[in-house]
Amino acid sequence: MFTGASQFALVGVLGAGGGALAAVLTALLLGARNSLYAVSLRPFLRDPHGRSTPWWRVLGRAQITIDESTAMAIRYPEGTRQARHAFWTTGVAIFVLWNLGTLVGALGAAALDDPRTLGLDAAVPAGFIALLWPRLRDRSAVALALVSAAVALALVPVLRPGLPVLAAALVAVAAERLTRRRT
Amino acid sequence: MIWPAVIAGSIGCYLLKLAGYVIPERFLEGERLRRLTALLPIALLAALVAVQTFSVGTTLQIDARLAGLAAAIIALLLRAPFLVVVLVAAITAAVLRATGLAG
Repeated sequence: MFTGASQFALVGVLGAGGGALAAVLTALLLGARNSLYAVSLRPFLRDPHGRSTPWWRVLGRAQITIDESTAMAIRYPEGTRQARHAFWTTGVAIFVLWNLGTLVGALGAAALDDPRTLGLDAAVPAGFIALLWPRLRDRSAVALALVSAAVALALVPVLRPGLPVLAAALVAVAAERLTRRRT
Repeated sequence: MIWPAVIAGSIGCYLLKLAGYVIPERFLEGERLRRLTALLPIALLAALVAVQTFSVGTTLQIDARLAGLAAAIIALLLRAPFLVVVLVAAITAAVLRATGLAG
């Protein structure tokens, strides 16, 4: 899995005692934005001479389609070498470093007695809020975040672990409906 | 059930990305879908922050994780990079526990 928020969410839900299905669903809902990144990237990664992209390159593109590679590619004009270069170098560099980091973490965690002593349980929500932070661009985003957090917390005592977070997806659906009616 | 979840999640997340390149664009171009996929990460990440800060199984509790989260928010306000934010939170919680100020 190469899409940070989904990876953290999957591990977070499983670690908190949530079921495998809830963990996978949360990861997929968080990863759904990558589909739209791919759609918006198409014109940027298009061959300027109109040649079709070989299938193996499409498979590679898909794997490194993440927030960062998308952000770097769309800074350049559509279909240019610079756009494709920015996409591939960013994606491959982060892919390598990210997975090295995951490996180090996996090996390091095995050597720990109690991760709480090192405050690693506090590192988890910190990681999530760091991923959330740049998305809180306006008041409605902050409101959605606060309502989602409150709904999830209210459901913690009544639902199995993992499900309160999934319920927040319904808050997003409701928010989309509300804002659509207004505009 | 850890590895099946990891493998299923990995394949699913990859297919979501691939779908964006191979499915005809008109299926994915709806304004509604575009807005919803922008809102989903906000709602899910906020819920994950809250649940991972306050929950222990199906109970809620306040402990050193909340101090860690506060430290992380301060670091974010100071525009600290991702790794620093995470480290600051962990160190804050670890110090509070080592000194017995928080559980």
